Amino acid sequence: MASGNVEKLELSFSAVPDKPKKDWVLLSLRVLAFLATASATLVMALNKQTKNFVVATIGTTPITVSITAKFHHTPAFIFFVIANGVASLHNLVMIGVDILGPRFDYKGLRFVLIAILDMMNLVLASAGDGAATFMSELGRNGNTHARWDKICDKFESYCNRGGAALIASFIAIILLLITTVMSISKLKPKN
Amino acid sequence: MESITKARKICHLLLRFLAFGATLSAVIVMATSHEKASVLVFQFEAKYTNTPAFKYFVIGNSLVTVYGFLVLFLPPESFLWRLAVATDLVFTMLLVSSISAALAIAQVGKKGNSHAAWLPICNSVPKFCNQVTGALVAGAIAVIIYMILLLNSIHRVLDPLILRKC
Repeated sequence: MASGNVEKLELSFSAVPDKPKKDWVLLSLRVLAFLATASATLVMALNKQTKNFVVATIGTTPITVSITAKFHHTPAFIFFVIANGVASLHNLVMIGVDILGPRFDYKGLRFVLIAILDMMNLVLASAGDGAATFMSELGRNGNTHARWDKICDKFESYCNRGGAALIASFIAIILLLITTVMSISKLKPKN
Repeated sequence: MESITKARKICHLLLRFLAFGATLSAVIVMATSHEKASVLVFQFEAKYTNTPAFKYFVIGNSLVTVYGFLVLFLPPESFLWRLAVATDLVFTMLLVSSISAALAIAQVGKKGNSHAAWLPICNSVPKFCNQVTGALVAGAIAVIIYMILLLNSIHRVLDPLILRKC
């Protein structure tokens, strides 16, 4: 009788699954970061403005030239779009891993990989931000020493949209920083 | 308390010293780059203070130089290494964004931008351009070393060889 009870106790111990609690904070942070990076990429990639300029006047007919400002005229913005695109893809993959993760568990290796990839993602996103910020500052203020004219007074909505993409990217970087710190702190052994 | 062998200690110290040296040389090379040139009738001087991107590069790298110098004196088994992980992360981000910004502006200076009617300036001031290139190379080396150091400080704080649990 006593041995039967002990057996039942042992069975109930082994039958309890050792599932870790799902981390909703990290998941929602990643979703927000994905939304921010994706919107930054899209807004900058669809940034275009065409304007007609009067170049000369022959007689009474003015000659107009239409100039287009697109994002791929500047390598800095191309890098910004690529970096934020890669960052949003990484966030998407990480969301997928978070949701489907506990099924395929490679012991401790998974957390190390997630932390390292998160760090690389953060570095890439901040690099894209730095380049695009100073390039758009150059477009807004020009540079008198190098005789570079500012372009933002002629292409207002192009500059405004670029600024909105930059703000979205800054928000994404803050969220990515918090996410990286959280995934690094997950590496701590629970003892 | 795990025992850090002497070779590991020396290797870590050497890496930190290299990173400190790289950022210091980036600051010095960028700050001493200036050249006078006369184009047609204009007389202009190219200095690093002309562009906010280069100023940001110098300020960012000098901050990291001061930090690197202070971290050199942190004793190996101190409690502050947990803070060092966070500050390493933030300063790596700062370094990366500063070198990316300086690269973007330097690329415009070298190749110009035909769509915005911005002419390249490197033809008039070649010595300035070369010195800026050297500073950017030093900054890139600093970035790579700081990324390795970030992994190193995480490895130091948390139980090393987490993979041991496999």
